[in-house]
Amino acid sequence: MRALFTVFRKEFLENLRDRRTLLSALIFGPLFGPLLFGAMVTRILDQSVVESDLPLKLVISGAERAPGLASYLESQGVKLRRVALSEDAARGAVHSGTEQVILIVPEDYAKRFAAGAPAPLLLVADSADSQTRKIADRAKAVLANYGSGIAQRRLQIRGIDPLLALPVAVDEIDVATPAARAVVVLGFMTYFVLFAVLMGGLYLAIDSTAGERERGSLEALLSLPVERASLVGGKILATCAYMCLALGLNLTAFVCIFHFVPLERLGMSSNLGAATALGLFAICLPFVPLGAALMTFVASFTRSYREAQTYLASVLLVPTLPIAFASIYSLHTKRSLMFIPSLSQHLLMTSVLKAEPIAWADVLVSAAVSLAVALILMVLTARHWRRETMLG
Amino acid sequence: MIEATALCKRFGEIEAVRGVSFVARDGEITGLLGPNGAGKSTCLRLLYGVLAPDSGNARIDGLDIRGETSAARAHLGVLPHAAGLYGNLTARENIAYFAALHGIGEERLRRRTGELLRTFGMEDYADRRAKGFSQGQRIKVALARALVHEPQNLILDEPTNGLDVMAIRNVRDLLRALKAQGRCILFSSHVMQEVAALCDRVVIIGHGRVLADDAPEAIRARCGAASLEEAFLTVLGDAEGVN
Repeated sequence: MRALFTVFRKEFLENLRDRRTLLSALIFGPLFGPLLFGAMVTRILDQSVVESDLPLKLVISGAERAPGLASYLESQGVKLRRVALSEDAARGAVHSGTEQVILIVPEDYAKRFAAGAPAPLLLVADSADSQTRKIADRAKAVLANYGSGIAQRRLQIRGIDPLLALPVAVDEIDVATPAARAVVVLGFMTYFVLFAVLMGGLYLAIDSTAGERERGSLEALLSLPVERASLVGGKILATCAYMCLALGLNLTAFVCIFHFVPLERLGMSSNLGAATALGLFAICLPFVPLGAALMTFVASFTRSYREAQTYLASVLLVPTLPIAFASIYSLHTKRSLMFIPSLSQHLLMTSVLKAEPIAWADVLVSAAVSLAVALILMVLTARHWRRETMLG
Repeated sequence: MIEATALCKRFGEIEAVRGVSFVARDGEITGLLGPNGAGKSTCLRLLYGVLAPDSGNARIDGLDIRGETSAARAHLGVLPHAAGLYGNLTARENIAYFAALHGIGEERLRRRTGELLRTFGMEDYADRRAKGFSQGQRIKVALARALVHEPQNLILDEPTNGLDVMAIRNVRDLLRALKAQGRCILFSSHVMQEVAALCDRVVIIGHGRVLADDAPEAIRARCGAASLEEAFLTVLGDAEGVN
């Protein structure tokens, strides 16, 4: 036990002096997620603001040919900017991005409108650009409203009940709550948390195994009167310590970021305060020894830093897979899923973030399974270290 | 005292060590001499117990290295072929780490580190990180690390490899001093002069077998050779003929 703490202390201090470890474990890993997340959420919020709150801006060419349409649009709050462009010029302007959406009233509009024939309107937009597509959709909706208003009046004049022209009336009921729409975003956040946890221990797991072999200090270490299990235990414990630090920093950074992003608009519990962060920390804690043992186990089989990095890159992908499944199949917290590490942490964290009630039994199952897998991996690692092939 | 008894070790098809027996006594320097690939390193690894023999056994002061590993290793200091240091630790910390793993207490550690730093003339760079050390400085720290628990027995795998003349002389003086303290020193080398200059006893190994085991002078005389180098070549040549 004393040897275990000796190894722990040495690995902890030695890596504290390594700039590369510190940079990736305690700066890049923990901060990457919150910063990207903050930028992403801000952009999503900006877009939804554009969609609903801001008045629709429309460039219109030949408005003088359709005064009725123009005044209707303006009465609906559409900001019109009148220009005179040919069809080709309009195409060019939208294509090059100088204008977003242009409505063209062709020359024969007035004549056909007066004759009761379908009057042509051209809406020039670029559907490959999601921003202008939204503007075009809104413009189409307003134009459709204008068209059906005109149609109803024409029927009335001819003594026909306009309702006859509406054989069915479709009412759309959208059950998506803001919280449900936030699920994808939440999936990203929990992924960043698990990513930061693994990044926190990545270099230490490599340095204490493949690094030990590469710099030639392994054989001297293995010749000491120390149980191999103590060596492995100390190394994994040091890796765990860095992962806990990374997790703490990561959650702190998220708390700070959430402070500036108005999350209530996405339907998330509006303040990720200290209490919520502590809850997330507790949920993730059992994942720490699992990740540490997994990375140390894999790195123990490699001969060099570079080889270890290659293999551990795939280990870093491990937490993504269950989370991807969770969003594809829209999984919710339930007992049977608590048996899958990383997925269980993801679901529980998502529940906490959505301020949903969580069952203590779920938390316990999630923790117990993660710790059990961690223990198995530790035993396997210690067993590998006892083999002669460990010398390389 | 280090005893090897009928040690055998094979790696797949290759028989690396085939029944090696010898004794390295206290107060003597024993040299394990042999060409590259003769099985010297494997032999030493069997002796300090990081490899398990297929048959035979190794004893350190009478303690079985496989059965009583921890006790045997407490009597043993090891300088493996690859004797790397922890670059982010200072020379002093590198030594202290191994001392702590040997279970040496704070006070004894401070005294021992002081002694070793003085003996090896390392005081100038004791508190510098090992990252930028020269090969000579590295070997000295690794040796100090192997000696920190004052072991009765010492196994060194090619300790003077890659050292300059001054550093080699340093290591030799140190080994002589340890011998004078009555310790048992076993080291491997493929450099003849080294063995001739230092050893009380030479064990010549070729193709995993002991070809000669005697004082250098006796081996030379028996072969009727003018120098130990010639005797070494004669012994190896005879073995080639036998095989």
